Amino acid sequence: MKKSLRILLIALLPAAAALLSGCERPPIETVQTGYRGTGMEQIYNPRTLLKQASLNQAPVAPEAASADGPKAKEIYQNVQVLGDLSVAQFSRHMASITQWVSPDEGCAYCHNVQNFAEDTKYTKVVARRMIQMTQRVNQDWKPHVAETGVTCYTCHRGNNIPTNVWFAPKDRKYASNSVMGDLAGQNLASKSVGLTSLPFDPFTPYLKDAAPIRVNGDTAMVLRGDAVNRSSTKQAEHTYGLMVHMSESLGVNCTYCHNTRNFASWEESRPQRVTAWHGIRMARDLNNDYMTPLTDTFPPHRLGPKGDVAKVNCTTCHQGAYKPLYGAAMAKDFPELQALAKP
Amino acid sequence: MAEYQNLFTSVQPVGPLHDGVPLPRGDDKRTGTPFLVHLLGRIGNAQIGPIYLGTLGVASLLFGTLAFNIIGFNMLASVDWSPIELIRQLFWLALEPPPPAFGLSIPPLAQGGWWLIVGFLLTVSILLWWTRTYRRARQLGLGTHVAWAYAAAIWLFLVCGFFRPIMMGSWSEAVPFGIFPHLDWVSALSLRYGNLFYNPFHALSIVFLYGSVLLFAMHGATILAVGRYGGEREIEQIVDRGTASERAGLFWRWTMGFNATMESIHRWAWWFAVLCPLVGGVGILLTGTVVDNWYLWSVKHHVVPAYPLGNPVVLDPALLGAKP
Repeated sequence: MKKSLRILLIALLPAAAALLSGCERPPIETVQTGYRGTGMEQIYNPRTLLKQASLNQAPVAPEAASADGPKAKEIYQNVQVLGDLSVAQFSRHMASITQWVSPDEGCAYCHNVQNFAEDTKYTKVVARRMIQMTQRVNQDWKPHVAETGVTCYTCHRGNNIPTNVWFAPKDRKYASNSVMGDLAGQNLASKSVGLTSLPFDPFTPYLKDAAPIRVNGDTAMVLRGDAVNRSSTKQAEHTYGLMVHMSESLGVNCTYCHNTRNFASWEESRPQRVTAWHGIRMARDLNNDYMTPLTDTFPPHRLGPKGDVAKVNCTTCHQGAYKPLYGAAMAKDFPELQALAKP
Repeated sequence: MAEYQNLFTSVQPVGPLHDGVPLPRGDDKRTGTPFLVHLLGRIGNAQIGPIYLGTLGVASLLFGTLAFNIIGFNMLASVDWSPIELIRQLFWLALEPPPPAFGLSIPPLAQGGWWLIVGFLLTVSILLWWTRTYRRARQLGLGTHVAWAYAAAIWLFLVCGFFRPIMMGSWSEAVPFGIFPHLDWVSALSLRYGNLFYNPFHALSIVFLYGSVLLFAMHGATILAVGRYGGEREIEQIVDRGTASERAGLFWRWTMGFNATMESIHRWAWWFAVLCPLVGGVGILLTGTVVDNWYLWSVKHHVVPAYPLGNPVVLDPALLGAKP
């Protein structure tokens, strides 16, 4: 080999290594999920999955407490939601919630330890509403959470605030007084849409407002007049952004739900798509009925750059797993979270 | 001592540099003193310059530079004038066309106005450059094949950014100026219009794209393979027996029964390359203007294979009266 050629090759090696550094090394596992030849399959990196699995373990539930004895509301003051539990059950729940949400701060994260009944800390008011929200999910959103259900831990995982929440994104610094540099809500490397340049806030239109997600028409040819499908390509980019978010949240490909030759078709989809459909509506419901009304309860430093409250999206619970905690049926050990408490 | 022989000769002849054939009356002067770069000589001609710019070239570069800079400054503004962020996010940034609400009207500068201006400047620049390729070919006494091949590419550019948006009644349907954003636009267009893979013109375009690659590989390989017989001097050899030219043809006649000629292979290549954007442009032009869903169009024309559905068949929850 000529010397100059060798030098060139040696110079090219680090360049090739740098180019490949973004890739995942084989082997990658492929699991067929649909009819052969349709490309319905899931692709997993077993090493990533192993790491993920250890991060998504449900804690062991404490032993069930006796339902006998006086009720919590008869012994304690200002118990608005879990008052029908026995004192033992109530204590068990409070111990669990501490482990789930404030393991380091303990009871004092929500309670004034001089007077536990007092509502002076905003965290206590929020926690009460969050318990109701959990009950609502388990009672009314079975099409999404099924019998597995959710607990505080599903989202919190030992953190005061779940690690994956969303706020309305802040504007560019000079957005209001600059005629240049319109982002049009996209074209930045954003984690929210898997580092694509798609619209980086697919949450406000779909998980808070109810903008139409579907962009495909159901006729081959363009119709005229009122029947025309007015969805734009830009709208498709927004839908695409939401779908990338869902895919990233669940650690799955598009084909987990869709047959990609015809994304719109329900007949060719997997049943998981129905679950996801309900999930979108569930997130919207929780954001509008539970999170947004709490905006004034939170202190300003807990709010987003535009003063909005932290809200949920798919990642809030899923955290990279196709089912949160890989489907661990944790909620069954906490019957008090299964149904909305009678007021 | 090695001497200059054929396309494989790695010796670079060095001698007095020459401007090239004289230019016709009325043309500008060529600019720059020619010089040699050895490394470039390894992949092409070692001589750099002189270059012919002319009025068309200067005007085209002017409009092009203006467009390039407006795009760049908009990108810089979109990251709050941070040069570091500009470099870090360069592949993600874009100058975006106006939102759909503006239709074909002239939007404010901050909402797609710059996009419209850049679209105009870039189109002018490209058309001037096209005229330049045409004029230069004519002035050199050549055919205008390069200009018409370039025109095919311009056709696709104008379909995506001008003709189709006008037919759709909205600038927002056009392509953003940006690396990843224009790729995301392609995906979104396909998703919106029911999968572009079912667009027969898209399929034809891919045939010509991959066909061009195949033809290029076959032709390049053939000429390199007969280089030892002086195959690059094809025209001198075309009538003689046993030359590189005849061997090149024989190779293909023996392996696949048919061979192109030294002349026709270039027409094959030219047409394949030119038809790729031509038919592709037709496919894009029909998308959203005539056909709304290419998948359903293909179902209608019985070209979609049917596969067994899952059991139970999944139904649209919105039609089942599901809550919210």
